Amino acid sequence: MALSEKTREAFLGPLNKNNPVVVQVLGICSALAVTVQLKPALVMGIAVTIIVALANVVISALRNTIPSRIRIIVQLVVVAALVTLVSAFLKAFVYDVSVALSVYIGLIITNCILMGRLEAYAMSNGPWDSLLDGLGNGFGYMWVLAVVAFVRELFGSGSLMGLRIIPESWYVANGGFYENCGMMVMPAMALILVACVIWVHRSLNKEDK
Amino acid sequence: MAKMNTNSNVYTIAYATVLVIIVALLLAVVANALLPRQEANVALDTKKQILASLNERNLGNAVSEQTYNEQVTEVTCEKCGLSWYEANLDGEKKYILPVKGAGLWGGIWGYIALNADRNTIYGAYFDHSSETPGLGGEIKTEKFQSQFAGKHILDAEGQFVGLAILKAGQSAEGQDAVDAISGATITSKGVQTMILTSIQAYAAAGWFGQAEVAVEEELEWHQAEKVEEEVIENVEPELTEE
Repeated sequence: MALSEKTREAFLGPLNKNNPVVVQVLGICSALAVTVQLKPALVMGIAVTIIVALANVVISALRNTIPSRIRIIVQLVVVAALVTLVSAFLKAFVYDVSVALSVYIGLIITNCILMGRLEAYAMSNGPWDSLLDGLGNGFGYMWVLAVVAFVRELFGSGSLMGLRIIPESWYVANGGFYENCGMMVMPAMALILVACVIWVHRSLNKEDK
Repeated sequence: MAKMNTNSNVYTIAYATVLVIIVALLLAVVANALLPRQEANVALDTKKQILASLNERNLGNAVSEQTYNEQVTEVTCEKCGLSWYEANLDGEKKYILPVKGAGLWGGIWGYIALNADRNTIYGAYFDHSSETPGLGGEIKTEKFQSQFAGKHILDAEGQFVGLAILKAGQSAEGQDAVDAISGATITSKGVQTMILTSIQAYAAAGWFGQAEVAVEEELEWHQAEKVEEEVIENVEPELTEE
């Protein structure tokens, strides 16, 4: 299927040049909370992707009927309802995932990326473009979380996805020379790492300025 | 569609009302439809947690259900308001005590399986609602929980003292100790306090008393339950007659 330039931009833009986290600096709060380990970061990324895509489609389909004075409230109601539904379905059909997500699923409602995309894109574009925009922003959010969580889990806990990478025998406690970097598991380090990602990203895209 | 004035007050109020009713109906229907499945999942998860305290981890759903039904029974003492689980592992009796407490961000809970001597820990399982992954969340890992096996919760005189959870390498006077999680002092202390206060209730009810006394009391509790059941059976026909 051939996609128009605009449609392609809706999906690919947020992955790089218009990334919600590193360019628009949205959704930072959850990036701090869930990136101590890689697994919750990926699960959170997938959950946000699904919800932002669905909310985009619903709001885009309703966009011509929504009274402009209560549009933010309507958007909030749609997002909150979707999050509650997804949470209920996860709990009923994949209980393990719902336990792993625990508090984060509720945090999705407060993710600024959602309201940002609904207000900036879905309110003025068709459902198909909005779906791709939602998916693009979800994946754009996910890769930044994955990079930060990769570094934090590897150097903070010596493991990845819960699997041990740095051998136990290297640790000082077992007579080795290595110790985990305690700073990595602190929220402040997530902010510093996000800043590093932004720095690298900006340097690579300098010609755009 | 005819061009409507979507900014009029009437339209706005009507729109908000209809939207809220639709969403409320949708959520209510879904919540009700999924409730039995969710409750079944929660019940199964509890069984899995109890099995994990017996060092039977990572079993599938069907296997967990079957193993639980074969091995574990719940025992309630209504007189003292306590309940625990008893397991039969190839003829060896294990007692499983549920524990509840507070971590850093939210609730923590677990199950402690004791050998037939009601002193030596056979296995332990802990879980949490919102501890930090990689820090306090580590209490959920087998690495932390496996330390508890073989520790004693009674002192030399048979008094309940609980366990000390200390920085790696330290030991406590008159108490067995396990290693805390570095960087998660408050959650680790929470586990220590949880074990102490939750099991203290059993100690206060004489659960750890001299072995013979304990058996007698247990018999009394069982008898008390039976008597109550009989009373209920006797009462019911009278009521129907009236």
